[in-house]
Amino acid sequence: MHKLLLALLSTSLIGCIDSKEEILKEKNQGLVYCAEANPVSFNPQVTTTGSTIDIIANQLYDRLISIDPVTAEFQSELATDWKTSKDGKSVTFTLRKGVKFHTTAYFTPSRDFNADDVIFTFSRLFDVYNPYHFIGDANYPYFQSVGIDQLIRKIVRVSDYQVRFELFNAESSFLANMATDFAVVLSQEYAMQLKASEQTNLFDHYPVGTGPYIYKEYRRDHLVRFYKNPAYWKHDVVLEQLVYDITPNGTTRIAKMLTKECDVTAHPSSAQLSILAQRDDINVEKETNLNIGYWAFNTERPPFDDIRVRQALAHAIDVDKIMQAVYYGNGIRAQSILPPTSWAFEPQANIPNFDPALAKKLLIEAGLPNGFNMNIWAMPVSRIYNPNARKMAELMQSDLRKIGVKVSIIEYEWNTFIQRVGEHRHDSVLLGWAADTPDPDNFFSPLLSCTATFSGKNAANWCNPQFDSLLNQALSTTDIAMRKQYYDAAQSMIINELPLIPIAHGMRFQASSADVEGITLGPFGAISLANARKK
Amino acid sequence: MRLDYILRRIGLFVFMVLMLSVFTFLLSFLFPGDALSNLSGVPSNNFAQHTQLEDKYLYNSNYFMQYIAFLGRILQGDWGLSFASGDSVFSQILDLIPATLELSIYALFVSVVIGVPTGILASAYYKQWPDKLISSTTMIGYSMPIFWLALLLIMLFSLQLGWFPMSGRMSLLYEIPPTTGFILIDISLASFPYQGMAFIDALHHLTLPTIVLAMYPTTVLIRFTRESMLKVMDQNFIKTARAKGLNRRQLIMHHALRNALLPVIKQIGLQFSTLITLAMITEIIFSWPGIGRWLIDSIYQRDYPAIQGGLMAVSLFIIFATIIAELIYTLFDPLSRNQAHGKV
Repeated sequence: MHKLLLALLSTSLIGCIDSKEEILKEKNQGLVYCAEANPVSFNPQVTTTGSTIDIIANQLYDRLISIDPVTAEFQSELATDWKTSKDGKSVTFTLRKGVKFHTTAYFTPSRDFNADDVIFTFSRLFDVYNPYHFIGDANYPYFQSVGIDQLIRKIVRVSDYQVRFELFNAESSFLANMATDFAVVLSQEYAMQLKASEQTNLFDHYPVGTGPYIYKEYRRDHLVRFYKNPAYWKHDVVLEQLVYDITPNGTTRIAKMLTKECDVTAHPSSAQLSILAQRDDINVEKETNLNIGYWAFNTERPPFDDIRVRQALAHAIDVDKIMQAVYYGNGIRAQSILPPTSWAFEPQANIPNFDPALAKKLLIEAGLPNGFNMNIWAMPVSRIYNPNARKMAELMQSDLRKIGVKVSIIEYEWNTFIQRVGEHRHDSVLLGWAADTPDPDNFFSPLLSCTATFSGKNAANWCNPQFDSLLNQALSTTDIAMRKQYYDAAQSMIINELPLIPIAHGMRFQASSADVEGITLGPFGAISLANARKK
Repeated sequence: MRLDYILRRIGLFVFMVLMLSVFTFLLSFLFPGDALSNLSGVPSNNFAQHTQLEDKYLYNSNYFMQYIAFLGRILQGDWGLSFASGDSVFSQILDLIPATLELSIYALFVSVVIGVPTGILASAYYKQWPDKLISSTTMIGYSMPIFWLALLLIMLFSLQLGWFPMSGRMSLLYEIPPTTGFILIDISLASFPYQGMAFIDALHHLTLPTIVLAMYPTTVLIRFTRESMLKVMDQNFIKTARAKGLNRRQLIMHHALRNALLPVIKQIGLQFSTLITLAMITEIIFSWPGIGRWLIDSIYQRDYPAIQGGLMAVSLFIIFATIIAELIYTLFDPLSRNQAHGKV
């Protein structure tokens, strides 16, 4: 009996060992990308979380147009051509023919991509008769914060492969917004199929797009799995499989990179770059990126509704120390909310400097001579604009103690964190923004406009009609010089009012195994793995 | 007599489970925030939803009725929803517990296979160099914190030498349908081209966590087996056997072993509960997707329904394992059945 068992065991084990060619073939089967957080949703329309957009936007979907990262010109994607009318109030897109939506376990398309899909996708944002408008709280944070939902009057189907967007007024950033990672095209046929089976709630969780990869599975805190789209319209996809290993801890991500459990790692922290740089089998890329890391106050909540308190706090923190200890020299100290590479950038002379005595004086003026208790919400993940919010919060905590302000630091899991900040449950928060387009409006409207307050993007909870009017004026003209003037005014208004304190602009890092190629890091927008392959 | 014994054990089990459920129920009132949200996992924002929940949880009746309703839901597998993911806590636990069990079972297996023979060896060479070597090594293993051992092994075997991976149950590129939840069994059941490589990959992933987790029970079993053997070897019937001229091998194999292993069997059962606790630490360090890691994550995220569910599942499991271990032990040792009361 024993011998029989042994024999069975050994034959089954020998049967398990495969040949060498299969090992080689296996290597090119897939790529593991270590991501820093769970995706919030699988539809870029309903979230602005960078970690989510990195995972889904360029992998599963395509947009009508995109922006060339080098020349900053618009490029054709699903739209082969686009024309803006003379008054700027209507834009007509000619669509690409023969583009196929994904065939997945839950959906098989019966037709190619056409005008209906574009109309469905964008009417969801503003049309209350669209069956999906109210699904998921009718919250489209990016589009609402830049006002696209208020801008589009209607979308007209000219022909099967032509759509015309009619706008209420001409807006210079419209095309740029249509080129963001949020403006992806979804399948109308799939939406209608789900509606017929009364499963509309699945729409944002089980994605169907036209992108290079097809959704397979998602296990929370564990992985996201995509397979290649064999019918991708743009080019052949080399990788059979793309797996996101969800690893929130930055040190673990680096360690996994060293043990080759990850092929690509999101956001290695600058403190760890030197370890990675020592290895020949790991490439570290560094790219300037349009972003801003800031400290926002909940301006609706006392004592932060008092501008003197905000000024006091701004003068109490030593940003130079933060630059050294948190950014390790891989960042630029912010002189405005806009990064210096933006064309509308204007350095602000009166940006608060480190002056604890002045801070103390301002607190006394505000009637808080003994200081007060407050909390700083620190992001639990490292982002381009803030590699280590926890450490930054600790440095601030020790600085603020000197003027009598006692700080407690609060952390939550990333998606919970974003959600609660959106509900304005914080006193102050360390957060940031990485641009989706080179258009300067991308920094103002999503972060500080009144509509952004309602859509939960405006962490400062700050709504100033004068500021909004500046933004609207800037958008209503295409004259660059005029726009710059308005944005200058907007920048100095932020520094005077201080709903948030701009801290730094970070660099975007990425570590990948030396045998991986075809991953492009741009100055804005999410990462694309469409061309990724292993050598 | 035997039935009576089993009934007493079952009685004890039921009592412990009830106490545990009372404690878990109270937790939702002790945690910050709305008790109803903590119980159901639904952050009740609107009035209609709130009223509906109040009806379901008998929230307006007295605490006793609420507890009865709570018990009813627990028995039906309705353990509330997780704050963090919105999924059912019970189904998450069912998904995760096999990974923890798997790790614990392998570790226990390793510790029995290594621990018992080593213990016998140590006792056979009592006060000679093998015994001294084994005892001192055991002492080191016994006193070393397992998180430290885990980090050392990761430093050496994963980061320096690159022999073993440091996280997860297997390379994520293999897509294995979770049939039983036990990874090696699932791989064997699945049919796909790279089955053999997947199997080896899974073994690779298992190695370090299993070694780390097996360290403590192995050293305990070595010490225990050694003590037990020495005690038996000191008894009169062994002395008689030795006087009759049996050699050491014969003494151990035919007379001492059978008697000495009886308490060891009990110890193996008891080690299982320690293992589950240690498994949590191991899971955190090796990113093992089991219940321990999930529970710690839930604590970090202040996911109260998940914390309650996780605590209850783990405690239930430990109580269950201890009682089963004791029942098995009594099968081998009829004398112990005369104990009037059970112990947990």
